Amino acid sequence: MSEHSTSRSRLPGGTSETELAGNPGPARQVGPTPTDRAWRRFLGSYAAWVGIGLVGAFVLIAVLADAIAPYAPSDRFPQDAAGSPADGPQSPSRRNWLGTDSFDKDVLTRVMHGARLSLLAGVVSIALAIVIGAPLGAIAGYFGGRIDTLLMRSIDVALAFPSVLIALLVTAAFSPGWVTVVIAVGLINVPIFARQVRATVLTVVHLEYVLASRAMGATTGHILTRVILPSLVSPVVVLASLSVGTAILEVAGLSFLGLGGDPTAAEWGNMLGQARAYWNQNLWFAFAPGGAISLTVLGFNLLGDGLRDALDPRADLQQVL
Amino acid sequence: MRFLPHLPAIARFVLPRLLQAALTMIVAVSLVFIAMRTLPGNPLLARFGQHADAAQMQKLRQQYGWDKPLYVQLGEFFWKFATTGDLGESVARSNQKVSDELRRRIPATIELTLAALFIAVPLGISAGTAAAVFRNKLPDRLCTIGSLVGVSIPVFFLGIWLRWAIPWLPVARRLPEFAFIDFEPLTGIYLLDTLLRLRFDLFPLVIQHLLLPAAVLSTIPMAIIARITRSSLLEVFSADFIRTARAKGSSLVRVVLRHALPAAAVPITNIAGLQIGLLLSGAVLTETVFDWPGMGLYIKTAVVDDRDYAAAQAAAIVIAGVFVSLNLLLDLVYLWLDPRIRTAK
Repeated sequence: MSEHSTSRSRLPGGTSETELAGNPGPARQVGPTPTDRAWRRFLGSYAAWVGIGLVGAFVLIAVLADAIAPYAPSDRFPQDAAGSPADGPQSPSRRNWLGTDSFDKDVLTRVMHGARLSLLAGVVSIALAIVIGAPLGAIAGYFGGRIDTLLMRSIDVALAFPSVLIALLVTAAFSPGWVTVVIAVGLINVPIFARQVRATVLTVVHLEYVLASRAMGATTGHILTRVILPSLVSPVVVLASLSVGTAILEVAGLSFLGLGGDPTAAEWGNMLGQARAYWNQNLWFAFAPGGAISLTVLGFNLLGDGLRDALDPRADLQQVL
Repeated sequence: MRFLPHLPAIARFVLPRLLQAALTMIVAVSLVFIAMRTLPGNPLLARFGQHADAAQMQKLRQQYGWDKPLYVQLGEFFWKFATTGDLGESVARSNQKVSDELRRRIPATIELTLAALFIAVPLGISAGTAAAVFRNKLPDRLCTIGSLVGVSIPVFFLGIWLRWAIPWLPVARRLPEFAFIDFEPLTGIYLLDTLLRLRFDLFPLVIQHLLLPAAVLSTIPMAIIARITRSSLLEVFSADFIRTARAKGSSLVRVVLRHALPAAAVPITNIAGLQIGLLLSGAVLTETVFDWPGMGLYIKTAVVDDRDYAAAQAAAIVIAGVFVSLNLLLDLVYLWLDPRIRTAK
C-alpha cells in the first residue's frame, strides 16, 4: 500500500502548496489516495465492523480452541449431571453449557473445535477456486476468439448443473471425506471467479496503459502478471470474501448429507446431520453448530459487502466530486 | 396476433437459445455418463462387497452392458432414452427401473420448487420495493438485515429449527396415508390434482404438508430477489422518465407500479431465474431435512446411502434437463418483458 500511495502523491494534482513553497516539512499535505479513501469508507461502516468482529471472533475461537474449550473434543459424558446413565443427548447443564450430543460429547467443545475445519474449508476451497478460475478467466479475456468461446461455453455447461449436485456427485465418485468435499466445493466455485476475472480483463485490456506496455515489447506473461493483475485484485478480493461464506455453507451442507467421511468428526455440518435425528429431543444439539455456521457466514457476508462498497470505484468518484 | 410482424426477430432470438440448450444437455449428459463410468467408485462392489464372486461380477457387468466400449454405451443410452424414455435400472434396489421411480418423484420436486418460488417472488419483490421507496428508512434497514440473515442461515438448520418450533405441521410426506384410499393422483402435482379431482377436502392438507419445506426453501431466493429488486429500482428511480411521470402528477404508487417496476423487471427476472438452480440445489438439503419424497432425497439416498450411480446419473440428467428447459422458458419470458428484443432488427 505504501508504494501505491507514494506513487499517487507524485501526481500533479497532489502537489501541495507547501511543496511549491519549498517547505521540506515532514507532513506533506496531499489529498487522500483512492486506497486511503477506500479504507476510510470500509472502516466507517458499522456493518463492516460487525463483520470484522464476527469473523475475528471465530478465527480466535478456531486458533485458541485447545486452550479455551472446557473439555477435550474426545471427552465423553455418558452420565447426566445427577449421575444416572444418560438417555441420548443431554440438555444444557452447569457441566455442559450447551448440552451433549448423540456421542455423549460436549457440544460447546465440539463447536469450538469445529470452527477450525469450517473456516479452513471455506478459505481453502475458495483459494482453490481462485487458483484455477483466475488464470482461466484471464486467458479467456486476454486472448478472446476461439479460446474464449471454448472456455466460456464449457463454463456455461458446468453452470447448467445445480452446484450442490456437482459437488455431491464429485464427492461420492471419489471417496467421501472432508478433503474431497473441500475440493468439490472449490471446483463448483471455479466458474464464478473465471467469469469475474474475464469480465475485468475485458474492461482493461484495451486501456492505454496495457497498449503502451505491449507497444514497449512486454511479453504476454509480463502483461498478464504485472500490468493487468493489479486491477484484478479488488474485484477478486470482494468476490472471495463473499464466496467464503457461501463455501462454508456448501461444505456444511455436504457434510450434513453425510459426505464428510468420519461421522464423529467435530465439524458443524456433520454435527447438524447427527442432530437431525434428535430434532424433537434436544434443540441445543442442533442450535449450537447451526448458530455458529449462521454467524460465521453472516460475518463473511458483512465483510464482503463492506469491502465491495468501499472498493467500488463509483463510490470513490462520488466522494471526490 | 400482434407479434406476427416480429416473428423473424423472435426466431432470431429463440433459435440460437434452443440450439444452445440442446447442445448443453448433450455435453452435460455425456460428461456425467463418462465420469460415472471412469471414476473409481463401483456400484457392484458397493452392492456385493469386496469378496464378490469374479465370474458372477463379470456376468452382471455383461448384463448391464458395462463391458462394451464407452462410446457404444453412451450411444445406446441416448438411443434408449430418446426412443423409450428409459434411463436404465437401479443397481442397488433389485433392478427397479429408474425412470418409474423418477416419474413419481419429479412432480414432488417441481411442486416444492414452484411453491417456494410462489412464496419467494411476491414477498421478495414487495420487500425490495418497500426498501427502495423508503430508502435509508426503517423498511430499508429491515429488508437489508433480513436479506443478509436470509442468505446466511443454512437451509438445513432453519429446517430443523422450524420442525422443532412448529411441531403441529406435518412433515415427511405429501399427504396422509388415508388420503390415497380414494384419491388417484393425476399429474403428480397434488395441489393441481386435488382440484382437478374435486377433492377440496384434501387441498388444505396438501398445503399443510407443503408449507414448511417450501417456506424453508424460499428463504435464500427471497433474500436475493429482495436485494436485486431494491438495487434495480433505485437505479430506475434516478431515470428521467420517472421524474417526468412524477412531474405530470402521477401518484407515487402509480409511478412505482406502472413505470418503475416494469422497467426493473428484466434484471429481477434474470436473478429470479438464476435462483432456479439454487432451488434445485437447495431441494437436496430441504428434502433431506423434511423427508420430502422428491428428486433431492432420491439423489441423496442413491449417492450417500446406496452408491447407486445409475440412479444418481439418471437423476442428475433429469435435473439438468429441468434446469436447462426452465432457463429456456425464462428467455421466452424476457421476450415478453422486454419489447426491445421483440422488435430488434
